[in-house]
Amino acid sequence: MPEITRDEVAHLANLARIDLSDAELDHLAPQLSVILESVASISGVAGDDVPPTSHALPLTNVFREDVVVPGLTPEQALSGAPEVEEQRFSVPRILGEEA
Amino acid sequence: MSDTLIAFDDVLASYDPAMGLEVHVELNTLTKMFCGCPTEFGAAPNTQVCPTCLGLPGAMPVVNRKAVESAIRIGLALNCDIAEWCRFARKNYFYPDMPKNFQTSQYDEPICFDGYMDVDVDGETFRVEIERAHMEEDTGKSLHVGGATGRIHGADHSLVDYNRAGIPLIEIVTKPILGTGAKAPEVARAYVAQLRDLIVALDVSDARMDQGSIRADVNLSLSPKGSGVLGTRTETKNVNSLRSVERAVRYEMSRHAAVLGSGQKILQETRHWHEDTGVTTSGREKSDAEDYRYFPEPDLVPVAPSREWVEELRGTLPENPTARRARLQAEWGFSDLEMRDTVGAGALNVIEQTIAAGTSPQAARKWWLGELARRANEQGLLVDALPVTPADVARVQALVDEGSLNDKLARQVFDGLFAGEGTPDEVVAARGLAIVSDEGALSTAVDNAIAANPDVADKIRDGKVAAAGALIGAVMKEMRGQADAGRVRELILEKLQ
Ligand SMILES: [Zn+2]
Repeated sequence: MPEITRDEVAHLANLARIDLSDAELDHLAPQLSVILESVASISGVAGDDVPPTSHALPLTNVFREDVVVPGLTPEQALSGAPEVEEQRFSVPRILGEEA
Repeated sequence: MSDTLIAFDDVLASYDPAMGLEVHVELNTLTKMFCGCPTEFGAAPNTQVCPTCLGLPGAMPVVNRKAVESAIRIGLALNCDIAEWCRFARKNYFYPDMPKNFQTSQYDEPICFDGYMDVDVDGETFRVEIERAHMEEDTGKSLHVGGATGRIHGADHSLVDYNRAGIPLIEIVTKPILGTGAKAPEVARAYVAQLRDLIVALDVSDARMDQGSIRADVNLSLSPKGSGVLGTRTETKNVNSLRSVERAVRYEMSRHAAVLGSGQKILQETRHWHEDTGVTTSGREKSDAEDYRYFPEPDLVPVAPSREWVEELRGTLPENPTARRARLQAEWGFSDLEMRDTVGAGALNVIEQTIAAGTSPQAARKWWLGELARRANEQGLLVDALPVTPADVARVQALVDEGSLNDKLARQVFDGLFAGEGTPDEVVAARGLAIVSDEGALSTAVDNAIAANPDVADKIRDGKVAAAGALIGAVMKEMRGQADAGRVRELILEKLQ
């Protein structure tokens, strides 16, 4: 049965940019284990004839033709941006990485 | 702080290089991978965006059929198998140029896999095996403000334009390329060059490395000679010209050898290529940041190309560019050097069309690689972008062949064509460029030249035929170039011998 350790939860939280206190980690790590176990119980029910799936719909090949559809104006696109400069989204500088 | 380097020959004495190349090809679809936004290069910032490519809540992606077709055609041209069923996956990371906080890509189910391309370097063939070619989307473009060099280092903040976010990309990944030895840098360059030619022939991308529509990442490691043990690799990002691909491989080989030779270890890291100085510098070390937590994209259903569709697309593949080049070289009788110059000048198509319009291969080559290449160069254009068509060149050469024009007059016809004065025949008529075949006028001009140059005439009478050149020049001048120099010579000799 899958079990998730406190360290793994801390690692995932960091990757997801979620700041968790020690107390929160103590609280959440066991809960996540229970959730994973519950989800894993599904594989116990599914027989060998039921392949794993990532979609609820039995569909493939849903395509769009290569035709331009009007999108947003720059004003609309930028309307939710905290800061705008030169018709671009202004974001804080990124430390430690280069594009 | 510059890197210590080891001379290239010394690297080879102790190490075998292993390379891996990842090439991103931006497709030339009219719209983005998962939305209907246009993909034009150079549009004003944030004018080609919508809720889907901005990652706004509730927006749903739908796959562009043309992009899938292009992916399959690229895969087939690279001798790949095409997946019968595959999915998109989310590659999760936080970076402002990716508004969704994930890139929609493919993970363990690429649409194309297990292919190869045979690469020619100086007559030697190297088989580059293709691991996979998968579909994904491009990121936005960041402008770093406040830094001295426009790079992130020292920047106060960044400005992001999402026009490019969501444009379809095909990432083509090779298996480790081994056994190339001293030719490693050239093999890397030739691979990217041939791949670009293939992309051009398939017409699936603008294939402009200078505009970033083809971008290469170069992985390199060294192993002790003969050991067969792969060393730690570095990944040099965004190497954006063919020449740089070659230089980056050479540089990293020399740098790795110096590090290993001093008893240190190669750090598995991303390196940045600097086009201006020709060096790489350390980027980020591979670490947590590489933990992308891929999972199948729940908003997109699987892509399952039917075998009928795949075969239909196979039927649309162009002749392999390498095979085509070999065929044309044989048909035209070009030397290796002539062929290389032709390809280098981007003149293959125009020369082929000129020959198809009735011109001899050598004459077609002479115009396109001489006069016209010179003019294209002056204007910063490729020859196929000139206002002169293969049909024009064929007509000009036909006029030369029938004796109505000489090469000098032909160049004046090109002046007229560049000035937009109409067809070659219209330029000839309007500018009065045809060679004068009026024997009376020619004869008079020859008589005048002899009279004006009695010393020269005496020399020719004494048998010094070489002196005729001076008289020919005088006649041509009087005829304003509109005479057949061969006929002028005949006339001079007739009169003086
Ligand atoms: Zn969009």
